[in-house]
Amino acid sequence: MTLKTFLLGACSAMAFVATAASAETLTIATVNNGDMVRMQGLTSEFTKANPDIQVNWVTLEENVLRERVTTDIAANGGQYDIVTIGNYEVPIWAKQKWLLPLDGLGDKYDMDDLLPAIRGGLSVDSKLYAAPFYGESAMIMYRKDLFEKAGLKMPESPTWEFIADAAKKVTDRGNDVSGMCLRGKAGWGENMAFVSALNNSFGGRWFDENWKPQFDQPEWKASLQFYADLMKEAGPAGASSNGFNENLTLFQQGKCGMWIDATVAASFVSNPKDSKVADKVGYAIFPSKEGVKNHGNWLWSWNLAVPASSQKAEAAQKFISWATSKEYTTLVASKEGWANVPPGTRTSLYKNADYQKEAAFAAPTLAAMDAADITKPTVKPVPYTGGQFVAIPEFQALGTTVGQLFSAVIAGQSTVDDALAAAQATATRDMTRAGYIK
Amino acid sequence: MARKVTTGARIGWSIAAWVVALLIFFPILYAVITSLKTEQEAIAGFSLIPSGTFENYITVQTQRDYFKPFMNSVILSVGSTILALIIAIPSAWAMAFAPTKRTKDILMWMLSTKMMPSVAVLLPIFIIFRTFGLLDSRVGLTIMLTLINLPILIWMLYTYFREIPGEILEAARMDGASLWKEIVYVLTPMAVPGIASTLLLNIILAWNEAFWTIQLTTTNAAPLTAFIASFSSPQGLFWAKLSAASTMAIAPILILGWFSQKQLVRGLTFGAVK
Repeated sequence: MTLKTFLLGACSAMAFVATAASAETLTIATVNNGDMVRMQGLTSEFTKANPDIQVNWVTLEENVLRERVTTDIAANGGQYDIVTIGNYEVPIWAKQKWLLPLDGLGDKYDMDDLLPAIRGGLSVDSKLYAAPFYGESAMIMYRKDLFEKAGLKMPESPTWEFIADAAKKVTDRGNDVSGMCLRGKAGWGENMAFVSALNNSFGGRWFDENWKPQFDQPEWKASLQFYADLMKEAGPAGASSNGFNENLTLFQQGKCGMWIDATVAASFVSNPKDSKVADKVGYAIFPSKEGVKNHGNWLWSWNLAVPASSQKAEAAQKFISWATSKEYTTLVASKEGWANVPPGTRTSLYKNADYQKEAAFAAPTLAAMDAADITKPTVKPVPYTGGQFVAIPEFQALGTTVGQLFSAVIAGQSTVDDALAAAQATATRDMTRAGYIK
Repeated sequence: MARKVTTGARIGWSIAAWVVALLIFFPILYAVITSLKTEQEAIAGFSLIPSGTFENYITVQTQRDYFKPFMNSVILSVGSTILALIIAIPSAWAMAFAPTKRTKDILMWMLSTKMMPSVAVLLPIFIIFRTFGLLDSRVGLTIMLTLINLPILIWMLYTYFREIPGEILEAARMDGASLWKEIVYVLTPMAVPGIASTLLLNIILAWNEAFWTIQLTTTNAAPLTAFIASFSSPQGLFWAKLSAASTMAIAPILILGWFSQKQLVRGLTFGAVK
């Protein structure tokens, strides 16, 4: 070995060590959803292009993630550089200055391509505080074969009256087929997501302009009674303990005539690997009540944000820019097919011919998302934003308490009137304590 | 005097014991069965017959690394147990053989710390850990696990030590044994069954601790409890994978418990018959 070769080798080794030493390690907290797991698998593509950045993943259960991240941000722990949060938290946390504005996503990042409804929900004072990784609204997923057999045709914009009638006709208890599967499991993100959207579409609201709870109003009585009757007449056994995952399984096994839930479910029910009814699924927009122009306004997105306590904001935004870009979508499509790309965030995806061809649910998903407006969730004026939730910090606890009361109705342990009276009392007490009601 | 037990009663009590044992063990058994099902089978309803797939175990290991959290669990549980015993043995000795007027009060006070819900002190502990740079560190978590299990250890050892006649220690002292020698060469060998069961129980408690180990770690010090928690999913089926992760997490401690059960029972009943 000549001296020159030796020196060259030594310099290279030193450069390598120096690069490794200067590499920043990002810690990303996330939930265990399919799209997130896929992103973890593709991280090497990012680190290959950015050798000065390493990525560590922390996967947590949804509620534990909220607790951990909240504690960390509140105590300025700085343990996370990127957090995965919903559009419920983004405006609340941004106003508390817990998140950094995303102003370093780079010139190439096509901000205007983000779906307006999603982008609006993640912005405060016109500044984006989180980038959407995937988004969803809610829609009807129904069995075309069962509808045909029952002589039914799904209208372009179905009403609840039609849906209730169709659910009864499609129900076949002998063959273990329920006409309608809906969430019944208690929780602000479980049954209350559906019930709040249902109530929006009945013209109801959680609070009036003065934050007075509205459970004593006729709209809530009508929507909750409708939900309880529908589950009794056309719902599956044990509906009060069914959430997203339980209904997904029922539908995939051919035990539901209809299922109204998050649009992201469409890729699961139409996947022949897991679903027995993959080729028999039709989609339609979230129903409305006759005479009320409202389709529930369900809008949710899982987003990537940088907590204010992070010391590596620049590298974190670089990663977010990559993971929520159009290029990432193309990368997933090339590895796993277009049907598996994260949906519901970018307009360009819904114009993509390949996506439209592979994902039959593309057009109905876009229609559902376009119809959702979380800034005006109900027909009456409200002091809050949010469609299937109310974007205030107190909603998690209150929503879950009310969810338990309503779940008891579906389980047959309580009446609609009793549940509404208890919900009104609880909400009035909580909102007074929190200072909303003077 | 021995009580007469008829054959019928013996069979009856045996069946009752088996039923109780099966009831207690059933959740673990069902987790193992569920881990061998497909996700669809797992959520479909109650069934004791799995399709026998090992796919979940492969997926679990492919998605996340099992060995790092496993090693963290071993280090944390063994480390915290050793540290706790180093503090607990002399403490229990002092309380058992040199009690003061306040000994009972101190014992009760120590136990009362276990009555407080952990979440009540989450924020102060978190801030202390952040200030001293102990977040997501094995050292920090070892200290935490030592502290939360210390009251139980001291109580258990105190109970065992009280069963040892003080005269033996006095005799050792009269023979010129120093305090250190008295504890190491006289007391400790006599209390081996008690210390062994305390040690095993502490390892099990530390292995299963799932609040602080999740709250104070991210990636470096996260043990198997955090590994299990990562398989829950808000959108998507996960029961079978979660069961596989749980089975992998509890297997080492189950095996340890199985092989040391004689020691455990001997220690836990130590002094029951004087």
